Parts: sequence; structure tokens; C-alpha cells
Amino acid sequence: MTRNEIIEQVNSVLADEFEVEASAFLPEANVKETLSLDSLSLVDLVAIIQQTYKIKIPVTDLRSIQTFDDLYTYIETHLPQ
Amino acid sequence: MERKVVITGMGIWSCLGKTLDEVRNSLYTGKSGIIFSQERKDAGFRSALCTNVERPDLKPFLPRNQRQFLPEEAQYAYIATRSALENAKLDQDYLDSHEVGILYGNDSTAESTMRALDKFREFGDTSACGSGAIFQSMNSTITMNLACLFKLRGINLTASGACASSSHAIGLAYLLIRDGLQDCIICGGAQEANMYGVASFDGLQAFSIREDAPEKASRPFDRDRDGLIPGGGGATVIVESLESAVKRGAPILAEIVGWGFSGNGDHISTPNVAGPARSLELSLKHAGLSPRDIGYINAHATSTRAGDGREAMAIAQIFGDYKVPVTSTKSQTGHEMWMAGASELIYSMLMMKNHFIAGNVNFENPDDETACINVIPETREADFDTFLSNSFGFGGTNSTLIVKNVK
Repeated sequence: MTRNEIIEQVNSVLADEFEVEASAFLPEANVKETLSLDSLSLVDLVAIIQQTYKIKIPVTDLRSIQTFDDLYTYIETHLPQ
Repeated sequence: MERKVVITGMGIWSCLGKTLDEVRNSLYTGKSGIIFSQERKDAGFRSALCTNVERPDLKPFLPRNQRQFLPEEAQYAYIATRSALENAKLDQDYLDSHEVGILYGNDSTAESTMRALDKFREFGDTSACGSGAIFQSMNSTITMNLACLFKLRGINLTASGACASSSHAIGLAYLLIRDGLQDCIICGGAQEANMYGVASFDGLQAFSIREDAPEKASRPFDRDRDGLIPGGGGATVIVESLESAVKRGAPILAEIVGWGFSGNGDHISTPNVAGPARSLELSLKHAGLSPRDIGYINAHATSTRAGDGREAMAIAQIFGDYKVPVTSTKSQTGHEMWMAGASELIYSMLMMKNHFIAGNVNFENPDDETACINVIPETREADFDTFLSNSFGFGGTNSTLIVKNVK
């Protein structure tokens, strides 16, 4: 999967799950703020990434994911080969 | 001092309609909400009969992060409660400034529990269940959700009493208000209508297999009944002290005058006569009424051989030679189970307020047991001021409410 394909798919999946227009997903935008994630719905971000990419994001890694760009990179570097 | 307890609002989302007017018309015309489901047949159901209940679209009312916690049954409860609050002229300002409670009947969360645990097993990770899973899969899901969504600060409790759940909820609210412990309680019942909620019930061969004629399948008290049809939806009533209702200028629709309850202390699924009879007797005693004061009985009768027969015998035992008109609206709605106590109270209210008794459709011939009561087969104009509504459930739990008209 290319990075552009990842970006396109992630944006589509997140827009659908969290009911936010994908146009708001700027690379430097904060993920939690943009998706209105609280401590509970953050679990849904972990679940949707896991279900879509078979990638489990541990809590420690989750803290380092601030922007959409961080998220794309995390998925790109952890995709099962 | 005991206070008068009144009903000031009703809201419903059922196979007979999504507004009180729609439901009233369906009751009057004998419309059936029962359908054949190919999905259930393909999935392996012995009986693929169920009811046609539309899922409400809550997007206009609630953001995603609140809808996430609502399983199907809570969605029905939410939309019915919105309607009931509006009907009772209760707005959010009032709820914010008064102690209003919620007592709701529910006894399953099968599909939401199944879906969450399927994810857990598929991914071997608890996070895969998602954030809504725990709140969707607890039996108190409706009261926990609605209490937060409507910001309720009174009693917050789910009543689980099988198919008498919401009747018990209303009965408990009646007691709390009568004794001055609460002024206003949102009451009701909801029932998930998906196939997973009733798959194991189908396995007991308790459902009608009259699949070639869905509208003929639910036939309470009829000689040729062969089982129930599972239904679903949500029904809410606003129960309030008379003082509270008068003070805020609320529409006062009716008064709850009695609640009876009992346990059979017998078989888990096969009802008896003595238990329901004691529930009927106690409701009349608490109401200070005699059988002849009751103008109509909305029976629990679900269209099963044993249940209908024994309820008929219990009614006959208490009412003697007074042939009170009896119908089971389950002939049109199927068995709305946890919702039934509340929905059938609303169906009866609609009949009482609109001067008719909805016919017990498909009642063609009684059998030896059901011949002892006066089942009304076709809708007829009728003026009655007091009705009695029965709800019975697995484990031998019985509940009977008596409601009197307020004009």
C-alpha cells in the first residue's frame, strides 16, 4: 500500500466512523480534536485501525500520535508485510 | 398520606406506528404488524415470523459519541421518550430544574453483547469491542443512557422481570410517587427486535409456524393458536403525582389506581392459574375496586396454548359471572416482551380515550379453557373508564396495572 492509498483509506474510514468531513483531516491537524475524541471514543480509534489494518496501537504509542500525519506514518510503518 | 398518581404523556415506536395517531388508527382498523422474515429463515429459524419495526434515525438528535452507547432497544426507548416528554409538555428546562427519575423495563441486550464479543474473539483484544460495548451490553443500558441524555437526577433503575418488566417498572413508579418519594418518573419498556434476541427462544419451539399467513399467525385465545410471534420497539409513559401535574399545567390523561403483582413459585416457563389470579386480585384490592368496575381487560395472552388458557381461567376465577370484555393486542403486535407492559398500557389508553375496544384479531373459536371469558373478536365502539392490563413472564412473574380515565 502506498502512503497516498493509506491516507485516502484512513480518511474515508475515519470520516465514516466519526462522522466528520474528511476535508477537515489536514496532515498537521490534531487527531483527537478533529475527531472530537474523548477518553472513551479514543478506544474506537484504536478499534477501527485494528479492524482495518490488523494493527494494534498500544497506549504508549497512542500518546505519540498527535496529528493525522503521525497516524498515517504509524500505519505505514506498522502494516503487516 | 397517599398521593394520586397520573399519566401525563405517552410516546411509542412500534410495529403499529410511530405516533399515537398512527397507533390508534392501526388498533382501530385491526392492522397487523407481523411479517415473514427471509433473513430469519435463511439464518435457521424454525419460525421466521416477526414484526416490522423500523429503526429510528437518531442522527438529527444526538451526536455520534452519544449514539455510540445506544443499542437497538435504547434507540427505540430514546425516540419513544422524546415523544412522551413532548406529549407531557416536559421540556429540558423542566428536567434541568426538577428531580425527575427513570424506571424502565428491559431484559436483554443480546445483539450488542454478541457483536462486541465477536470482535473480542476475532481480534483477541478487548479494545476491539469498541467504546460503546460495555454501555450497550449491560441490561440497564436504557436507563443509564436516557438518564444521561435527558440529564435526569431522580431514581435511575431498570426493571428486569421478563415479559412483565415494563409493567413492573410502571408499578414501582406508581408506588414511589404515591408514597411521596418522587414527583415525576419517565417509565416504559423497550425490546430489541433483531433476530439474535430471540434465537434461543425460537429454539424452544414457542413461536407460531403459520408462516404462510403472517397476519393470521398471532391468535390469542383462539382454539387454533400455535405459538407467539416476537416483536419489539419502545414505549414510554410519563408518570407523575397529581400535584406535580396540576402545578405545571400538564395534560392529565389518566390515573393509575392499582398495581398487583405475584410470583407463581412454579415452573420456569409454564404458567399456572393461581399466580396470575393473585396478581389480578391484588391489583383490584389496592385500587379499592370490584371486578364490575373494570370496563376492559388488556390480556397478556401471547397466543400460546398453555399461557392463554391459564390466563383466561385466572380472569374467570376473579371476575366470576361478570363477562368483562377482554382482548389481547398481541394479536396485532406479536409479543413485545420487555416492552409489552408499557406498550399495552398505551394501547389501552388509546382505546379508552378514543371510545373503542380493538378487536382481538384472529379470534375465531375458543377452546374449552378460553371459552370462559368474553373475548371481543372485532373492533367495537365502547365507552369504558377503567381498564386492567396484565403482564406475565418467565419464572412466574406477574404484574397487573389498573388505570382510570381522567376527562
